[in-house]
Amino acid sequence: MTWTTLTALLSHWRRNKVQFFALISGLALATALWSGVQAINAEARASYDAAAATLGEGQFDQLVPRAGDRIDQSTYIALRRTGWQVSPVLEGRLSTDDGPVRIVGLDPLTAPGGIAPVGMQEDATLDDFLTRGVVFVAPDMTGALEGAVSQRVIADPSVAPGVALTDIGVAQQLLDAEGQLSRLIVARVQPMGLPDIATVAPGLVRQPAQDAGADRLTDSFHLNLTAFGLLSFAVGIFIVHGTISLAFEQRRGMVRTLRALGVPLITLIWLMIVELVIFALVAGGIGVALGYVIAAVLLPNVAATLQGLYGATVAGTLQLRPEWWLSGMAIAVVGTGLAASGALWKIAQMPLLSSGRPRAWAVASGVTAWRLGAIAGVLFGAGAGIAIWGQGLTLGFALLACLLIGAALMLPLVLRGAVTLADRMAHSAVWQWFWADTRQQVPGMSLALMALLLATAANVGVSTMVSSFRVTFVDFLDQRLAPELFIRIEDAAQSPDLEAYLIANAREVLPLLSVETDIAGVPSDLFGVRVGPTYRENWLFLAETPDVWDRVAEGEAVVVSEQLARRAGLWTGDPVTIAPDLTLPIAAIVADYGNPLGQALISERLFRDLFPEIVPLSFGVRTDDPAALRTRLTNDYGLPETAITDQSRIKAFSIAVFERTFTVTGALNVLTLAVAAFAILMSLLTLASIRVPQLAPAWALGLTRRTLGQLELLRALVLALVTTVLAIPLGLLLAWVLLSYVNVEAFGWKLPMYLFPSHYALLTLFALLAAALAALWPAIRLARTPPSDLLKVFANDR
Amino acid sequence: MVLNVQDVTKSFPGAEGDVPVLRGVSLMMERGETLALTGESGSGKSTLLHLIGGLDTVDSGTIHVGGHDITVMRDTERAALRRSDVGVIFQQFNLIPSLTVEANIAFQARLSGTFDAEHAARLSAALGLNDHVSKYPEALSGGQQQRVAIARTLCARPGLVLADEPTGNLDEATASEVLDQMLALVHETGAALLMVTHSQTVARRMGRHVHLSQGHVV
Repeated sequence: MTWTTLTALLSHWRRNKVQFFALISGLALATALWSGVQAINAEARASYDAAAATLGEGQFDQLVPRAGDRIDQSTYIALRRTGWQVSPVLEGRLSTDDGPVRIVGLDPLTAPGGIAPVGMQEDATLDDFLTRGVVFVAPDMTGALEGAVSQRVIADPSVAPGVALTDIGVAQQLLDAEGQLSRLIVARVQPMGLPDIATVAPGLVRQPAQDAGADRLTDSFHLNLTAFGLLSFAVGIFIVHGTISLAFEQRRGMVRTLRALGVPLITLIWLMIVELVIFALVAGGIGVALGYVIAAVLLPNVAATLQGLYGATVAGTLQLRPEWWLSGMAIAVVGTGLAASGALWKIAQMPLLSSGRPRAWAVASGVTAWRLGAIAGVLFGAGAGIAIWGQGLTLGFALLACLLIGAALMLPLVLRGAVTLADRMAHSAVWQWFWADTRQQVPGMSLALMALLLATAANVGVSTMVSSFRVTFVDFLDQRLAPELFIRIEDAAQSPDLEAYLIANAREVLPLLSVETDIAGVPSDLFGVRVGPTYRENWLFLAETPDVWDRVAEGEAVVVSEQLARRAGLWTGDPVTIAPDLTLPIAAIVADYGNPLGQALISERLFRDLFPEIVPLSFGVRTDDPAALRTRLTNDYGLPETAITDQSRIKAFSIAVFERTFTVTGALNVLTLAVAAFAILMSLLTLASIRVPQLAPAWALGLTRRTLGQLELLRALVLALVTTVLAIPLGLLLAWVLLSYVNVEAFGWKLPMYLFPSHYALLTLFALLAAALAALWPAIRLARTPPSDLLKVFANDR
Repeated sequence: MVLNVQDVTKSFPGAEGDVPVLRGVSLMMERGETLALTGESGSGKSTLLHLIGGLDTVDSGTIHVGGHDITVMRDTERAALRRSDVGVIFQQFNLIPSLTVEANIAFQARLSGTFDAEHAARLSAALGLNDHVSKYPEALSGGQQQRVAIARTLCARPGLVLADEPTGNLDEATASEVLDQMLALVHETGAALLMVTHSQTVARRMGRHVHLSQGHVV
């Protein structure tokens, strides 16, 4: 019985191949976008974990130099002698023929457990590590290192991407840094009664564990990707839901017959569940494979984004990790379950003797539309509540979810209203029939149109955010890259002489003095600036107090970046400690987009007092004739060409980095819109099978098949147009939330919002084009429906 | 005895309380017997047929089919009875649209595990369906679809065949032809046939005639 019944159930799909294709492809697309994003996230997390395990990032407190990037080994010895359980790390870049390799030197005898979990395979022992010298390296870097070092090179996949790991002594030798260290890892358990670190090592700063890792910084980026993946999945699930609802409605008669012939209801329900699980697994498998392809294509750009935005290194190659492909399969099954639960419930509740005829496929009939509208109202209310009182990134995304889901649920009601209005304004019989028939089609098209609404709104929202960011970023570059030339030298001894030459030959010289430090608990760069016309005329502030540059020049105040201010909970007027004996009020807040570190600016004089050992190696130069100065610098002064960079080249490079950063977002945007267009196509194709009885009377009354086909196309365009027009304000609201709420929580900066009407007009055209393409085939099929098929509707003998 | 209906009552909820449809109906049928159940619309003919087929449950009274009291059976037991002992032919044919004629004919016999390919082929030939076995129901006329429904029921060799106006949707000539074939095949299998009909012509073709009026056998 079981097999016979399952065969009968499956025969429905064999006879309705378009429906079957819609189900499988919708589910596969939904799973593909979701699992693609998850694959990227999994790869990035694996890289962070490897980095954290190798370098101790995130797991342990660390001691880093208050200024500069090296610690003298004697400081480490002094700490050990006083009883502090610290372990030395030396990091640096080693040039090889294949490019630079990041060398990390560790001391395996003092390193806390969990650091550098390299396997001692290939007969390498601790003795080898300590004496003969072994370099463990991520597989992608093996080629670069072999031949460049005399030590034995062993590839180990557990080493972080782009990293080579070795004993600290070997690292000091390779990096030419005898007696020098980069940082000290502090073991979690320390002996009692230790002296204060500030006493033993006043030049070091202790960074808490959670501030050092890439995880926290990159979480927001991955949350963004996940949100996009979820949105794409939701759009795909709309297709699945629509297909399953229609298929189950069409199978009501079959279910009644099967039950009348003696198949128990419980058996039927179980078999339908089995059938759907099989479909979900097949489609999930296809989706995971597609997801792999999507992730493999996007991963290099994501890696570039993470490197550019956060300085986090992610491997550029993808591995088939169980956590993402299993999650892809699981979400395919769960999504199918969600999409089918309503249809299964209706079948379970259907009395055996009820009519087996398919009801009007009313996903959102009049009453349902009002009910959905009421739920949408509740969601909008919740969203308003979050916007007013909520805080945190998760609530930011909850606000986005309330807006998007609420708008999607409101759509059938709005469409019905629009069509009813048009109906009232229609005078001719054909148009009255057209609008009445369109109203009848709204429930069947609702899910596909909701998908279009979400995809278009996401497109408007994200593109507005990115374009606003681009405009702001270009303005920001214009402010920051005011000097016409930038000069960088390698030899510190050359600095005073070069500066003197530049002062004699240029309009203004801006030495770039900076040091990495920790300000108000936030890892930051501290700059010493020579206050002059360039700063006074070009730098715009987000918030300021009077006479900013005068006070900074006098050493009475500091300017800090927005990220530093927001993360430390500071604003203008608040005092901030710059160095152990120096606390200054904040005179102004400046934007510093795309920088994961905080930034603080003090006067050059103050900076040189604090860090007399630091000499400027870079200079910004203001000149009226950059080409002439460049020639003089190379011909007369003898600087190599590579030491001089034009402002325009830096701007072009920065903009290129920016564009690459948002390549992933753009790609996901296009994919989501494509899925929505596919949803419309599938809805129209599956609805076409129940359209003939609705259109036959109109044909019988004198409308030609060609006219009916044209009207079908027009109907799809009208519904898509109304939906897209609604999507634009929704997308702008989305952009506002992203710019003013999510960005502040995720990145620490707030961006102004700009409008791009031409982009929205173009997007509307694209959406209409997609809808027209989707509707074209069903319309042509309808126009070519044989009269005999239309006549069957009127046959009594059936 | 194939069928023994004793004192069966059934009501349905209405706007002004329960509406009694059957008010103590009793009926018996022997193997091989044919019986026409007639009555005006709303007299309870189809309701009685559904109760006997285990498609619905009685308010009171007993119904024995093949010696089993179906009024005390659970849903799954009644379903099992429909698979093997009772065959139902509906006015609307109720074929499975996505299965071919051949698969539809074999369907109930496969469900009950009694499928016999030779028997199916014989029924197919006897009902004039040999040229249509690979077609789908939508390609058949109403008369042909009803023949498929009859073949599907008889293919499972039920002891009791219940037919709810099986020729009600057919023209007079086709109805007569289908009825002839059905009666011949039922006779051949030895099953009992209980047929609900409005037509006195059809009723006269049956061995016995019971008339229902306002929920009573008259």
